[in-house]
Amino acid sequence: MPYQSIKFIQTGSLAVGGRLLAEDQRSVQSGAQRSNSLTLGHRACQGCGEALGARIALDACQRATGGKTIAVNATGCLEVFSTPYPETSWQLPWLHSLFGNAPAVAAGVAAALRAKSRDDVRVVGQGGDGGTVDIGFACLSGMFERNDDVLYICYDNEAYMNTGVQRSGATPYAARTATTEPVGPEPGNKFGQGKNVPMIAMAHEIPYVATATVSDLRDLEYKVERAMEFRGARYLHVLVPCPLGWGSAPESTIEVARLATQTGLFPVFEAEDGEVVSATPIRHRTGVRDYLRIQRRYAHLFKPAERTEMIDRIQRGADRNITRFGLLPADDIDAELATVGAGRAEEITS
Amino acid sequence: MLRQIEGSRAVADAVAMCRPEVICAYPITPQTHIVEALGAKVKAGQLRPCEFLNVESEFAAMSVAIGASAAGARAYTATASQGLLYMSEAVYNAAGLGLPIVMTVANRAIGAPINIWNDHSDAMSQRDAGWIQLYAETSQEALDLHIQAFRIAEDLSVPVMVCMDGFLLTHAYERADIPSPDQVDNFLPGYEPRQVLDPAAPVSIGAMVGPEAFTEVRYLAHARQSQALTLIPEVVAEFTKTFGRDSGGLVRGYRLEDADTVVVALGSVLGTIKDTVDELRGDGMRIGILGISTFRPFPSAAVREALGSDGRVKRLVVLERALATGVGGIVSADLRMALAGGGSGRAAEPVMSTVIAGLGGRAITRMSLRTMLAEAVAGALEPLSFLDLNKGLIEREFIRARRTRRSGPVAENMLRDQGLTARIG
Ligand SMILES: Cc1ncc(C[n+]2csc(CCOP(=O)(O)OP(=O)(O)O)c2C)c(N)n1
Ligand code: SF4
Ligand SMILES: [Mg+2]
Repeated sequence: MPYQSIKFIQTGSLAVGGRLLAEDQRSVQSGAQRSNSLTLGHRACQGCGEALGARIALDACQRATGGKTIAVNATGCLEVFSTPYPETSWQLPWLHSLFGNAPAVAAGVAAALRAKSRDDVRVVGQGGDGGTVDIGFACLSGMFERNDDVLYICYDNEAYMNTGVQRSGATPYAARTATTEPVGPEPGNKFGQGKNVPMIAMAHEIPYVATATVSDLRDLEYKVERAMEFRGARYLHVLVPCPLGWGSAPESTIEVARLATQTGLFPVFEAEDGEVVSATPIRHRTGVRDYLRIQRRYAHLFKPAERTEMIDRIQRGADRNITRFGLLPADDIDAELATVGAGRAEEITS
Repeated sequence: MLRQIEGSRAVADAVAMCRPEVICAYPITPQTHIVEALGAKVKAGQLRPCEFLNVESEFAAMSVAIGASAAGARAYTATASQGLLYMSEAVYNAAGLGLPIVMTVANRAIGAPINIWNDHSDAMSQRDAGWIQLYAETSQEALDLHIQAFRIAEDLSVPVMVCMDGFLLTHAYERADIPSPDQVDNFLPGYEPRQVLDPAAPVSIGAMVGPEAFTEVRYLAHARQSQALTLIPEVVAEFTKTFGRDSGGLVRGYRLEDADTVVVALGSVLGTIKDTVDELRGDGMRIGILGISTFRPFPSAAVREALGSDGRVKRLVVLERALATGVGGIVSADLRMALAGGGSGRAAEPVMSTVIAGLGGRAITRMSLRTMLAEAVAGALEPLSFLDLNKGLIEREFIRARRTRRSGPVAENMLRDQGLTARIG
């Protein structure tokens, strides 16, 4: 019997390279026929997580809709790097109006499609964290509250990158930006932990809310596809490292995003009708130091001396997420934590 | 069909007959009755297919209209005052994107101090946003202008604002001839966008434009507005043919034939001015009126033509329901440009007086107009004056301000002086 020997390469991430798998098991991303909604020629920085996230998300959406997606974009890096006139990297119908109104414009497109009985065409609204959690927040909440048939995707790079790395409502505690310096004694962000829009979206009890990162593109694709199975308002929050703003190496974008999940700092989960239905378990639990150390925006936590208290505070935030979303199998959590997160942990490990 | 009808309802009837596919609005007095009446029609199924969206702000209302229009739907919204300012960023954006949205502005003052009554400050603040602005004199005209507005907007790919005086027109019951849906259908074809968001032919709309082409983009917007100066009279002519009445247009003259004094104004106050002019003509004064129906684009040539170039018109009195603080008149400035644009060979320009009147709902009475116009004819009217200004009230505030550097909130001081307590919520 003829056989083919397969050599699997352990990458340290438990991921299997697409080219090592049989044709039908490969990621669509490795296929020559994929749609490439955001095609080459754009001007994103090397290693831009947002460019990667947007391409994967919109391609998945195009597959889910049979190529019938309309995208509405807020002002921000994604808009600017993709479309200086007369060039465009978008291969799907795309509209940019303003910084703070993408959810409402998307709702308008959806209303027009409804009036025209075009329920085959679906709408995606998208923007950066600033456009989403700050200036566009009222429009986003209104769109959720009306349950407009829009999938809104926030590409969260945790600051206003397009204007030169200023603090946004999604900037995490202690992260340094151009505008965190003047506030408080530390160079980093003085405030809480960034506005938690996935949880706020869940409080609107919209059909579907999910988080994802560019470190697990299959999961991102799945979340988009799943979102498109619902009608009504859906929200997807994607963590997209920004080498320029985070001070991370361009080739580390995936690693940084992965560490955000493996530390528990960025919980990856799905929720339906306001309830969490699944969370992606942590596979290699990592302390937050490993995540912080590779980003210059956190350099002041380590130099000249380690700011242990601040790092501990960040660690506590990560631990809280692990408990809250049941990110570790039940037997990994100590007895005390297990009682808090028991119900969920069971669901997730089963 | 003739009906005794509230202005807002007449407008709602007209808008409904234009078959908008997406209506979105946020409530603000005095716009509410229009949108509520439209909502009732949507509910009753008289407007199918039409989506009615309750948005969370005026900014969202205009943004929804932008999305809907870009996706090929006929979109309508209405607002006033603070609401218009709140949506301002999107107002400019709609024009920049060339989306033929129609919006009613139920003209109302802008605060602070907050004031719900009529003047033109709101619409005037957006005069350079790239929208065509039409001003209605009567409920009938407000109704008619909406039907024309969709035609003009879609022919040119430019959004149109129909301005109607808050309360004076929106809440007044007047006789209006309501057209039949068939008439409107004959006049207004379906919306066929030049460019639309369509998966079958993907385009990117709203891309960034740098210095290399931005001036040209703006020039083309200007050129399209200039086309409106030709289109609007054509649309009016066709409207007259279809509906049997003349309505709207660029400018409307009244008793101009031999006038040496001409009052220029916009909106519902033209009715009161006509009555006053009739009276003054009885007294032997040669007064006429130039109503500006289209304020954007500014109909400079039509203004010059109406006023003639033979030097017959000696005085212009521009009655303005808005104030460019620190300057004076807004319409006056455009009029000066228009007259200066006549080139050489014109007789001496008329003397122009700007009269700021009717701010925040102050009634513009025939009596006050008579006195002011008599002064104008006698050559005694200042270049800038305020009709019925309570000089005593201002004097007291000046004195107070001289006494102490901080005199407290001006508006409250003056209400106290008048012996009024705030009754307005
Ligand atoms: C009303 C308004 N305010 C400010 C800006 C300037 N501005 C453009 S993009 C941007 C930041 C975008 O940040 P974000 O939404 O997080 O997207 P990113 O660039 O980080 O992907 C800002 C502040 C604007 N265009 N409009
Ligand atoms: S600044 Fe950041 S988000 Fe913007 S293009 Fe560069 S890497 Fe991407
Ligand atoms: Mg950002």
